Amino acid sequence: MLFNEIYSGYYLATSSILREALHGTLTKKKFADIVNEYAFGESFITILAGLQGGKWHLLNDDFTTELENEPVMPLTILQKRWLKSLISDPRIKLFEPDISGLEDVEPLFDSKIITYYDRYTDGDNYDDEKYIASFRTILRALRERKNLRIIFETRLREAREINITPHYLEYSEKDDRFRLVGADEKFRWIVNLSRIIRCELETSGQFHELPEGIIDSVTFELVDKWNAMERVLLHFSHLQRETKRINENKYRITIYYDHYDETEILIRILSFGSTLRVIEPESFISRLKARIDKQREFATFFPG
Amino acid sequence: MAYSELIKNFNGIRDYIRSFYVYGFNHRNDYTQKSARSYDNERRRVESWLGDYMTFGQDNEGRRFYISVDSRAIPENPLYRAFRTKSFTDKDIMLHFHILDILTSVESYSVNDILDELSERFNENLPEESTIRKKLAEYVKIGLLTREKNGKENFYRLSENKINLESWTSALAFFSEIAPLGVIGSFISSERQGIFYFKHHYILNTLESEILCDLFTAINDKKVVKLITKKLNVKVLPLKIYVGTQTGRQYLLAWSLEITRFYFYRLDLIEDVEIINEVLTEIPDEKDLSEFCAHVWGVSGGLNNELTSINFTVYVDEGEEHIIQRLKREKRCGTIEKVDANHWRFSAEVFDALEMLPFLRTFIGRITDLQCSDERVIERFNQDVQALSEMYKDVV
Repeated sequence: MLFNEIYSGYYLATSSILREALHGTLTKKKFADIVNEYAFGESFITILAGLQGGKWHLLNDDFTTELENEPVMPLTILQKRWLKSLISDPRIKLFEPDISGLEDVEPLFDSKIITYYDRYTDGDNYDDEKYIASFRTILRALRERKNLRIIFETRLREAREINITPHYLEYSEKDDRFRLVGADEKFRWIVNLSRIIRCELETSGQFHELPEGIIDSVTFELVDKWNAMERVLLHFSHLQRETKRINENKYRITIYYDHYDETEILIRILSFGSTLRVIEPESFISRLKARIDKQREFATFFPG
Repeated sequence: MAYSELIKNFNGIRDYIRSFYVYGFNHRNDYTQKSARSYDNERRRVESWLGDYMTFGQDNEGRRFYISVDSRAIPENPLYRAFRTKSFTDKDIMLHFHILDILTSVESYSVNDILDELSERFNENLPEESTIRKKLAEYVKIGLLTREKNGKENFYRLSENKINLESWTSALAFFSEIAPLGVIGSFISSERQGIFYFKHHYILNTLESEILCDLFTAINDKKVVKLITKKLNVKVLPLKIYVGTQTGRQYLLAWSLEITRFYFYRLDLIEDVEIINEVLTEIPDEKDLSEFCAHVWGVSGGLNNELTSINFTVYVDEGEEHIIQRLKREKRCGTIEKVDANHWRFSAEVFDALEMLPFLRTFIGRITDLQCSDERVIERFNQDVQALSEMYKDVV
């Protein structure tokens, strides 16, 4: 049921083409643009043959249509059931959707049957009224492209005030946290929503472009023992990376990460133990070695 | 059969997308499961669907194609496009738009009314009546239409849409990426507004959406299923879904009818789920399940019901309170206690302590004591530290 042609790119493109045809605004260029937007690299010829070739009896040669109404597609039961499932998610409180119309719908799943087994347990508190208010203010600022005045608590537990242009909200599935990414005239700011004390819309203010983040890389080698290759590649699969096979079971992998995440990446590499051997950069290797040396100072061998 | 960029069955393409996305180092010759021609066709399809993300590298062995995405830099999972590729017939698309169009103009229509209207529109090209009736029944089943009996005749109408989707716009942009089966959300709206981006986001999990959908149905209905994988077929009662936010894997936690215990199954290895009508004589209760889950570190219940004790102590210097915070937030079970001003101890009883090795290794450089009733854990940790020391011994 999920993999069904009614959700296909071809149906979507056709629906949009027919809408234009009904309005009398369909041109060859628009036809191609729509196919490009909703369907795929090689769809144009097939859709053109189906529609203009008359096989589908939907469009005439002069780009008028045989339909009388704009194409509609009511929500399917699957779509409604999925929407209903979201109501059991604690994060739904942040959004205030109108849940009417779903009263008689059975949810597809209950959030209680999903366990995020390795998620950190100190994630954001979605029941906190102050947090919810900040979230909604930020959402409004992003939608209306307005600046924000934010007072937040720094890591040193001091209050700090900034005026920024918000660019987006970043959610981490592992941390279960939202962070606001924005900019002022000098810096790129990343503020944990849970640290926000006060957050207000600015009625005026200059738009600040978001400076590019700094991307670092680390290269390591792995020997594929005990399915290590699959575990490592899947673990880092959310990052941009390059993988090369050096020989039968040896691989070289370069991953690219945000400069500020270096400690996290170091810890993650360490979690694979001697499966991974970092080969560059030297600064990264030095940090790794410092930890190993420190461990040797504490103990190199624990009795079993 | 002529090549088409659309496909009938999603299962066949899963392995190719996985390989292009996760591995990225395979050449044409490495795809040996099917013919080289099959590989050519599947690669061409994936390239057609995901052209913007598909790239290739050249080396001595030839070209290697791969999907390259930094999931933090995209507001929508590009792999959702693969779910928009179901093939259809000319009659399917023709009837889809015409039936919905006819029913938009009227309150409701009988089958005969619909047939008459279609007959006027198509003349001699009208599909067979049985095809039209089948399409109407299919659309009632998936919820696009509703059917009411009036006298001896069935009347069809468009399903009512009472949902204010505009109020869901931001929620859809978020949950379509984060919630299980988010691809369904992308079918409702693909409007993303560029408001949300995602870190630590494993987009590949979507390939298991059909499997997950069937498992949800079975969990809701408390039905036994047969899990079909490349290697085995097993009968289980599905109970929960375990999602890894650091591993990129998803698992089913189920009660196995064969070994009569709780067991985890990787979703990406499941090829099909068959719901079967088998009545269970012995069903585990909620208490058993909670007790089991409380001692699972990751996704292994061990090979027997015996628990393993593990504890380790870490050194925390002044100003390093974040290490204590790490212990607190990253522990999934067990307890933490302060030993003295600079030492904190983590203790737990788990089914499979070997699963804790990656967690343990993240504290390398701080571990002052390690004890475990499973000697293999200590042995492997010792070997690892030894091997790491050897590996970087020449680094100054």
